[in-house]
Amino acid sequence: MQKLDINGKVHQVDVDPDTPLLWVLRDVLDMTGTKFGCGAALCGACTVHLDGVATRSCTLPVTAAVGRRITTIEGVGATRAGRAVQAAWIAEDVPQCGYCQSGQIMAATALLAKNPKPSDADIDGAMSGNLCRCGIYSRIRAAVHRAAEHGGESA
Amino acid sequence: MSAPLDASRRGFLKAAAGVSGGLVLGLTLPSAARRSWAAAPMAPDAINAFVKVDRSGTVTLVMHKSEMGQGVYTGLVQLLAEELEADLEHVRVETAPVAAVYNHPQFPLQFTGGSMSISSSWTGLRQAGAAARTMLVQAAARRWNVPVEECRAERSVVHGPGGRHAGFGELADDAAALPAPDPKSLRLKAPQEFTLIGKPIKRVEVREKVDGSGRFGLDVRLPGMLRAVLARPPTLGCSLKSMKQPAALAVRGVVGVIELDAGVAVVAQNTHAARKGRDALAVEWQAPAGAPFDTEALRAQYRSLAEQESQVVARNDGDVRTALADSAARRLEALYELPYLAHAPMEPLNCVADWRADRLDVYTGTQMQSPDRAAAAEVAGLPPEKVFIHTMLLGGGFGRRANPGADFVREAVELSRKLGKPVQVVWTREDDLHGGWYRPQWTNRLRAALGADGKPAGWYHTVVGQSIMTGTLMQGMVQKGIDPVSVEGAADLPYAVPNLRVDLHTTTAPVKVLWWRSVGHSNTAFAVESFIDECAAAAGTDPLDYRRSLLTDKHPRHRAVLEMLAQKSGWGTPLPAGRARGLALHESFGSVVGEVAEVSMENGLPRVHRVVAVIDCGIAVNPQMIAAQLESAVNYGLSAALYGEITFANGRAQQSNFDGYPVLRIHEAPVVEAHVVPSAADPSGVGEPGLPPIAPAVANAIFALTRQRVRRLPMIRAGRFSVA
Repeated sequence: MQKLDINGKVHQVDVDPDTPLLWVLRDVLDMTGTKFGCGAALCGACTVHLDGVATRSCTLPVTAAVGRRITTIEGVGATRAGRAVQAAWIAEDVPQCGYCQSGQIMAATALLAKNPKPSDADIDGAMSGNLCRCGIYSRIRAAVHRAAEHGGESA
Repeated sequence: MSAPLDASRRGFLKAAAGVSGGLVLGLTLPSAARRSWAAAPMAPDAINAFVKVDRSGTVTLVMHKSEMGQGVYTGLVQLLAEELEADLEHVRVETAPVAAVYNHPQFPLQFTGGSMSISSSWTGLRQAGAAARTMLVQAAARRWNVPVEECRAERSVVHGPGGRHAGFGELADDAAALPAPDPKSLRLKAPQEFTLIGKPIKRVEVREKVDGSGRFGLDVRLPGMLRAVLARPPTLGCSLKSMKQPAALAVRGVVGVIELDAGVAVVAQNTHAARKGRDALAVEWQAPAGAPFDTEALRAQYRSLAEQESQVVARNDGDVRTALADSAARRLEALYELPYLAHAPMEPLNCVADWRADRLDVYTGTQMQSPDRAAAAEVAGLPPEKVFIHTMLLGGGFGRRANPGADFVREAVELSRKLGKPVQVVWTREDDLHGGWYRPQWTNRLRAALGADGKPAGWYHTVVGQSIMTGTLMQGMVQKGIDPVSVEGAADLPYAVPNLRVDLHTTTAPVKVLWWRSVGHSNTAFAVESFIDECAAAAGTDPLDYRRSLLTDKHPRHRAVLEMLAQKSGWGTPLPAGRARGLALHESFGSVVGEVAEVSMENGLPRVHRVVAVIDCGIAVNPQMIAAQLESAVNYGLSAALYGEITFANGRAQQSNFDGYPVLRIHEAPVVEAHVVPSAADPSGVGEPGLPPIAPAVANAIFALTRQRVRRLPMIRAGRFSVA
């Protein structure tokens, strides 16, 4: 049995210790907002927060998440930075197919929580591991800046 | 459902009361071959519905197109709501089931592709909106006993004389009792009357895409649903020789190992266990006889074929042989080579099948519902009307989810039938990149003879590559040995050349091929727009002026795009040191796009800073979506131009994940400035036309910067460039 703190709620799961957190979220807890893209920490679609730090859940064994504070896309809107990012994403009409968005938003939120006024280079540094096949990068950049400007207020 | 719905052949709209009240409007096509929409009676069970107005006033557009990021939900809602005078806040989208009524007007298929969703719905959905509005207004006029001319609809409310008003919901039942108007009696708005069309309406499904609640195929969860990952043939053409199950079955959570046509399925309680079980499965494969497939060998074969004249001729104007033999002419020749490409949508392929003895439900993100249903029915041993395809959001399509062969649906149905349980088949990224159905590898030979004026007197283009349509249900489009997509963008060269020949060598190879965003244009635009640039350089003429001089009055749209592009890009104005511009212009899917790329070299590798893109796509239904699609097409095309290739050695694809198949990242993405040529013409394609020009625009900029021509993609193949 593993005890997981996800979005402020404790979940008990019983899976093999090597099971990546991604599949615990998706297949055991049916929290499907966190996406599977590559299974090798190469695309960022599975990004969650572990104690506030953007982390690839597809290669993170569930045991490594025990005792940590896990935040997913389903819970990120409860944070000030998360709310600002989601509002900015809507204002800039960022998503296209939408599949990579959970990971992008988690990465952007972790960035803003740490660095409230990121430069373009900061954004590149924090977001270059999150791939998007629809090519919405310039809107992501604009939305991160917008979220930074508006803080937790409605963007 | 296949019975003709329209007895009159003239076509008309018919309304019926909805199952739970309200107005339900059907709309169908009397003839699949007819170009324009007409409307026909619908069955009263709402299966053929396009538009529903319920008693709460909610308008539902039954969505017959798949949303894969291109914004089709938003665009089609705009078409309907424009004429219906519906408040967008009260319009929702519901995905359509499979029915002939949802087929494309020109093809007997329910599918999303070819950048045709807006153009093929343009008249029909506006008519449906106008018909529903007319009936709601009539219902109000009757209720108030006033002339219908004194009533009008606005934002989901009908207003009458004396301040009378009633919401669409209050009128829906009465409207349903009225006869539907003849579409010919409906006057559709002129462009200057539009209030929604032409506006940058935000994506209707944006919220569910930022809070994690949107349901993609991979997010489907059914009670008792198992997961499966397949051990698939690792090399082309190999077959299962033997397998040992025990190690796989010993993995916790694995419940079974089942042999399928496509490979060996490891079925488990969760995806991780299925994947682990697959890795533990001891499978031996039997390699096919003969030399293993190799893309370098294929390339050599293509180069050799490209030297040979083909008797399969797509275009033959004048006498190209004589023109090219003119010893007084400046003669040019070049070979352009392009690799196989995977679509690599962010959401790996997947499908849920829930087989029962008397029905089958399939949940997946698909672009091809009707071929999927036919295939699923065949595999399930059920009649098609017992098969229900539930279209989920697509985590990218780009053509990969439009497989007439229904590969990812068939295997899931086969597995569910064998298990007797609902099951989700998940493709790993490696499965996705190794799984075939690639954009074809292509070689083009271009030859030109320039006259004394520097203009091409002769132009000869030979295309070498596999046919996508041959052997599919689109086989009928292959005429006289010419698959139209193999020569699209080449046979319709817009430049005035008196002696012009385009011929085709259609090859066979063991690799399965499929449409990849912009299809044949992704090849021909690179060849044609690079070569015209070579001609301009040989003629000593500015590349933009050169193109302008070759566009006659027959191509006013090309000319207008070029002029706007010259202006918006600042063509000819100074750039920072170490930067150069390149240009390309191409028509595809009914739209003309010109792009100027600004490129520099960083450590000898091209860096694209800015792309100015100009499109003529007729009436711009949603300028925001058009800009987004141009940005998207540029970045998708740039990933391929710079990095993308699937190569084979010893029958095995060499790229397995995003490390070997790199995709453009945020720090590499250019600023894309999108501009739309004002137009009152009916809308044409948007999702794909932005892609073809980007590779040649960048290649031409690299030439301007380095005097080196890039004639083979991806560009990283060329090694490091040095600035001239």
